[in-house]
Amino acid sequence: MLSKRIIPCLDIKDGRTVKGTNFVNLRDAGDPVELGALYARQGADELVFLDITATVEKRKTLSELANRIAHHINIPFTVGGGISSVEDVNVLLQNGADKISVNTAAFKKPQLINELAKEFGSQCVVLAIDTRKEEDGEWYVYLNGGRTKTEMKCADWAKQAVDLGAGEILLTSMNHDGTKQGFALDITRTLATRLPVPVIASGGGGTMEHFLTVFNEGKADAALAASIFHFKEIAIPELKQFLLKNQIPVRI
Amino acid sequence: MNLVIIKYNAGNIQSVLYALERIGLEAKVTDDVEEISGADKVIFPGVGEASSAMRYLKDRKLDEVIKNLTQPVLGICLGMQLMCRFSEENNVHCLHLFDEDVKLFRNSEAPRATEAKIPQIGWNTIYDMKSELFHAVPERGYVYFVHSYYAALGTHTIATADYLIPYSAALHKNNFYGVQFHPEKSADMGERILKNFVERCY
Repeated sequence: MLSKRIIPCLDIKDGRTVKGTNFVNLRDAGDPVELGALYARQGADELVFLDITATVEKRKTLSELANRIAHHINIPFTVGGGISSVEDVNVLLQNGADKISVNTAAFKKPQLINELAKEFGSQCVVLAIDTRKEEDGEWYVYLNGGRTKTEMKCADWAKQAVDLGAGEILLTSMNHDGTKQGFALDITRTLATRLPVPVIASGGGGTMEHFLTVFNEGKADAALAASIFHFKEIAIPELKQFLLKNQIPVRI
Repeated sequence: MNLVIIKYNAGNIQSVLYALERIGLEAKVTDDVEEISGADKVIFPGVGEASSAMRYLKDRKLDEVIKNLTQPVLGICLGMQLMCRFSEENNVHCLHLFDEDVKLFRNSEAPRATEAKIPQIGWNTIYDMKSELFHAVPERGYVYFVHSYYAALGTHTIATADYLIPYSAALHKNNFYGVQFHPEKSADMGERILKNFVERCY
């Protein structure tokens, strides 16, 4: 049976992990490769590396990082952050990334998704969506790391992107991100049950029960989190044992 | 050990190379006929589309080279599918090293809507393993799959996985081996399987 995936996310700036971690057993917790390798050993199913560097040096740093990750880590990984062209993606895949995620650039030029899917296959094209539920009760798409609101509804954009060739949706609820109050179950379930591609739920995971709920009620195919793993509030082996005990198929 | 990875118009070649490096093995990536034919063992990887990959191989006469190999060959993902008889992916005749056919996963075969996602992406279990390729690999251990097409079960099936229906997770005939999953991305299990191919498969 296909398992549900647990995915730690690492934010990267200038080739270093941004948010602090308290892994005392790491030589260098700021090194994304070392932290990623630790998660892989602990049973993470995939890793996401999200680059937030805004300099011109970015591309080179990111492709070098992808290459180091690919050398050292024996599970699949996705690289995202500011990717806006077929050439950007080509370089990252050539350097060993398994998937790339696109967000703002794809929204501004939806045809990019189609170009990427045709060139490299849908399986490596992850569409990241940052979404917020407004007072009208609707979920809207936000761009530029959540700074820019659009009038596009999340479910409509996700559907359009999948029709264009996106192979997976990484859905972050801005209402829930950082709250540790649980994932956004309604929009996750809407996308996960309506779309023919896997949905990765992100934002709000604070307890092991939250993960159980996002799989059972949110129907998510995978769940992503960052700081709760970095700060060891939840350890991946315990989380997986807990899920398994509750009849969620996970890889132990 | 002279280990060769066949270079062609398919992705994930680097990933296979790095995975071999992690278990202390050096491999050469090449499309040179002499180098491929002269290798001790050959890996035929692949992420991509079947008909364009077959066309590429034929244009360079690599199809005949692969068919005539007598040393152990391991096809991975698309590589394995290309070693089958026929693929529904743009209806292409493949290398026919295995008699099995490659078919598209169909939603109509899904018992529940939530399981009907295609491609299958993620970790799934393999069972009924019948080969040295799986030496010391636990029954129903997890490996990483990414695919929309699958090889049906058949006489050459040496491991089975279930997604919508049971299908061939691995195939073997004579010196030819194929795995549908990605050992290069399948953590410790995958490294074990790559090691087994190099150390135990003849």
